[in-house]
Amino acid sequence: MISEKMIQALKEICGPKFVSSHKTDRILYSYDATRKQFLPDVVVHPADARAVSRIMALAHHHRIPVYPRGAGTGFTGGALPVCGGMVMGMSRMNRILDIDQENLVAVVEPGVVTGDFQKAVEALGLFYPPDPASLKVSSLGGNVAECAGGPRCVKYGVTKDYVIGLEVVTPTGDRIETGGTTMKGVVGYDLTKLFCGSEGTLAVITKIILKLLPKPEAKKTMLVVFDAIDGAAKAVSAIIREKIIPATLEFMDRRTLDCLRQTAGLSMPEAAGAALIIEVDGDREFLDKQAQRILTVIESLGVLENRVANTFEESEEIWKIRRAISPSLKKLGLEKYNEDICVPRSKLPEMIRRIETISDQYNLPIVNFGHAGDGNIHVNIMADKADAEQMAKAEHAIEALFRETLALGGTMSGEHGVGIMKAPYLSLELSNESIHYMKMLKKALDPHNILNPGKIFPNAVCPLPGEIK
Amino acid sequence: MKNLAQYQEWFQACVKCGACRATCPVFKVENQEGGVARGKIALAQAMMDGEVFAEDRLVHDLSQCLLCGSCTNLCPNQVPTIDIVAAARMKVAQEKGLSGFGRGVATLLTHKKAMDWMSKGGDLASRLLCRQIPETSGLRLRFPVPGIPNERTFPKPSFKPFLKRDIRQTVSCSASHRVLFFTGCGINYLYPEIGEYLVRILNFMGVHVTLTDEQGCCGLPALSAGAGDAVETLAERNLKALKIHAFDAVLTACASCYGALAGIYPTLGSGYQPFAEKTRDVMDFLMDMNLAGRLASLPRSEDRIQVTYHDPCHLRNHGLTRAPRQLLAALPQVDYVEMTDAATCCGLGGTFSVHHYETSQKIGSQKAKHIAQSGAEIVATACPGCIIQLQDNLNRENIPARAAHLLELVCQALPVK
Ligand SMILES: Cc1cc2nc3c(=O)[nH]c(=O)nc-3n(C[C@H](O)[C@H](O)[C@H](O)COP(=O)(O)OP(=O)(O)OC[C@H]3O[C@@H](n4cnc5c(N)ncnc54)[C@H](O)[C@@H]3O)c2cc1C
Ligand code: SF4
Ligand code: SF4
Repeated sequence: MISEKMIQALKEICGPKFVSSHKTDRILYSYDATRKQFLPDVVVHPADARAVSRIMALAHHHRIPVYPRGAGTGFTGGALPVCGGMVMGMSRMNRILDIDQENLVAVVEPGVVTGDFQKAVEALGLFYPPDPASLKVSSLGGNVAECAGGPRCVKYGVTKDYVIGLEVVTPTGDRIETGGTTMKGVVGYDLTKLFCGSEGTLAVITKIILKLLPKPEAKKTMLVVFDAIDGAAKAVSAIIREKIIPATLEFMDRRTLDCLRQTAGLSMPEAAGAALIIEVDGDREFLDKQAQRILTVIESLGVLENRVANTFEESEEIWKIRRAISPSLKKLGLEKYNEDICVPRSKLPEMIRRIETISDQYNLPIVNFGHAGDGNIHVNIMADKADAEQMAKAEHAIEALFRETLALGGTMSGEHGVGIMKAPYLSLELSNESIHYMKMLKKALDPHNILNPGKIFPNAVCPLPGEIK
Repeated sequence: MKNLAQYQEWFQACVKCGACRATCPVFKVENQEGGVARGKIALAQAMMDGEVFAEDRLVHDLSQCLLCGSCTNLCPNQVPTIDIVAAARMKVAQEKGLSGFGRGVATLLTHKKAMDWMSKGGDLASRLLCRQIPETSGLRLRFPVPGIPNERTFPKPSFKPFLKRDIRQTVSCSASHRVLFFTGCGINYLYPEIGEYLVRILNFMGVHVTLTDEQGCCGLPALSAGAGDAVETLAERNLKALKIHAFDAVLTACASCYGALAGIYPTLGSGYQPFAEKTRDVMDFLMDMNLAGRLASLPRSEDRIQVTYHDPCHLRNHGLTRAPRQLLAALPQVDYVEMTDAATCCGLGGTFSVHHYETSQKIGSQKAKHIAQSGAEIVATACPGCIIQLQDNLNRENIPARAAHLLELVCQALPVK
């Protein structure tokens, strides 16, 4: 519980309208896209970095847990107040402070919605590539904290590749700046990269400096259907060997195609074992030739069918297939466990085969699709919620999935982070020594473990309730 | 009406993905979780679980919904937020009385046909307009007198309610097309001329229109106010009064009425099924009669005006977005231009603008700017409620464009004066 005196102090910092311990507000900030719920004691919405810093100093002094929150679209529970305490919503800090067209750099506050920012820079002929599927709602602060990525990663990288500087408030309330507005900079440790992907456990991000690119003039999309996943995977390597890096290389496995055929009326050859959506971007005049070269080098890899979009509408038709996957999985009426493992891209066919084995072994449908270009697979393990046995099997299947992923040199999460969902499995992937050093880092920055406690580390503990002063 | 408990399953279907944040007009202005579908569903569930009770804060949060349905259109699971919010408001009304959302709801039911004397002061200050609206009309919930902010601009009160007028028809009753016109309060009391346009156009197409004063408010504003019983009573009255079995179609020229008759009534019981089958938006009906073809064959006028279209939520939610645009494009005096976000709610939202006039204004201002950007002189739409709100927004933003019902433009083009 948080004292009335503390609430008053917070109101003084944020303004009375922006601090609430009312039950309805506590409910409104208790969940995220994991669908898990934990009630905070109080919800605050600071207006600026100064307010964030004053709140953190107060929280540090009184040992109150604080959870930074962007749009609450996280898939691993990063924003959930698992130990009670204070949710700190960043939505009021949502200004684009500067778009510097000469230096191709932008400065934003963390609450800016990713898609809004992309629109703003694209209106100036510029480009901010990271494209998580949630971009229409996710916040840039949440993207940096999770190091979000999307289909364009294969060519353009992920969020951290665009963050060149930050302003953060540490768990003790200090305001520090990292990096800067220059493309190069090697003075001191690279704290910018340390905070990227730190899941709101090391500092609250209050300002982000982002690198921009010129906007590619045009795109060209094609859909290629293969008889087997091996052909699709080989195609990815063949294309890259041809020195073409497509902007996106999305694959769908046999079961995804089956599911689309059943529930979304997709017409595709029965023999289809996999499909790739390939999109190249760049100067318009080169795109047709590139598309042709791609079709030539993959010709002998078991291509059953291909479709090249010549207009925006035709390209949308192709993307519609990709977007139909999630809704069509829903129609199966099963609970879906969505994991986002990542393996070296050459290991993709082997990984899919191992997943098929797991599927048979546990007798659960598993549907895979994702980003073939970077080996990031969205593995959807389907189970009947009403069937306790199936649900338990699903948990085992997840662990088996992680073990196979790691055996192939992969990682448990390419995009979504650890949070509370993958914390129990952390020591499968990281050695005790690595975890120990990470914990040391955490302790150095956050001696009382008040910033986003209960996340990332297995058996993470809450600050003891008795400690609250 | 379905009660909140019957939506349990849908609470689970909301996977808290947050996609609705990208589209909810209230959220875009308020920027806080209480404004968005995801939040309202969480609160509705908490209310069901006995976690929160009908007190002021909850009333406030639940009142922050336009019932526009944009969230559902975008939701991966098609969670029916409108129905959930309406059911939650009903539950609040049951626990707390109607004062929460629907000031004036009680009188709505007690004085059937009490004050049909609209006509007497054609020039009354628009602020007083609502005093002239019968107490049985849902308009009282949308613009109750105590709640009317002085700044809101209203249409001049009409001289005589549409259904009290002596409407001359050039086509007599025939056996081939029997259509009934459900006017709704907006057309009957505020924009009777829209009713007259409708009759003229249908007569031109060779169709006689049955008009009857037996009809009452459709009940949509009562739904927005959480007055579930009132919705049922009003629906029952309409069902009894209108012998709709005798007609091929019940026409509406008000999107809200369409939403009520075609969308809400059928959920009230099997007796209402004919409403779902027979209710047609007049534009859609006219398209089927090939009005667009006839308009296109008229000589195109030399000096045309630019017109854009605003989608009323209750037509858009039923997929009725093409017919109005096709009609506009076919009009000889019109150059049709599409505006940005044509399908975004105007911000009126049932009883919403009464509780949240400022938010409603902000939503509307955005709309007004899009209209201005389109370069249109006229924004056509298909709902009297939207016309009031759009015109109010345009006036406030000092944009010279005018809001008009599509039927007015169609009527202009036809040789029927
Ligand atoms: C439908 C859907 C699709 C998705 N697709 C993708 C995808 O393609 N790729 C991908 O990478 N992710 C995806 N995600 C996951 C999610 O959208 C991303 O992780 C996103 O970056 C989270 O942003 P948010 O603003 O919602 O953050 P939240 O969920 O609010 O928070 C996420 C984490 O960031 C921290 N945080 C937020 N703001 C700050 C701040 N200012 N300072 C410090 N820490 C902060 C929180 O404490 C928390 O740990 C998807 C999610 C959904 C629901
Ligand atoms: S879009 Fe639908 S499922 Fe997603 S949070 Fe909103 S209401 Fe829930
Ligand atoms: S119905 Fe409209 S206002 Fe209400 S939650 Fe959905 S989008 Fe928002």
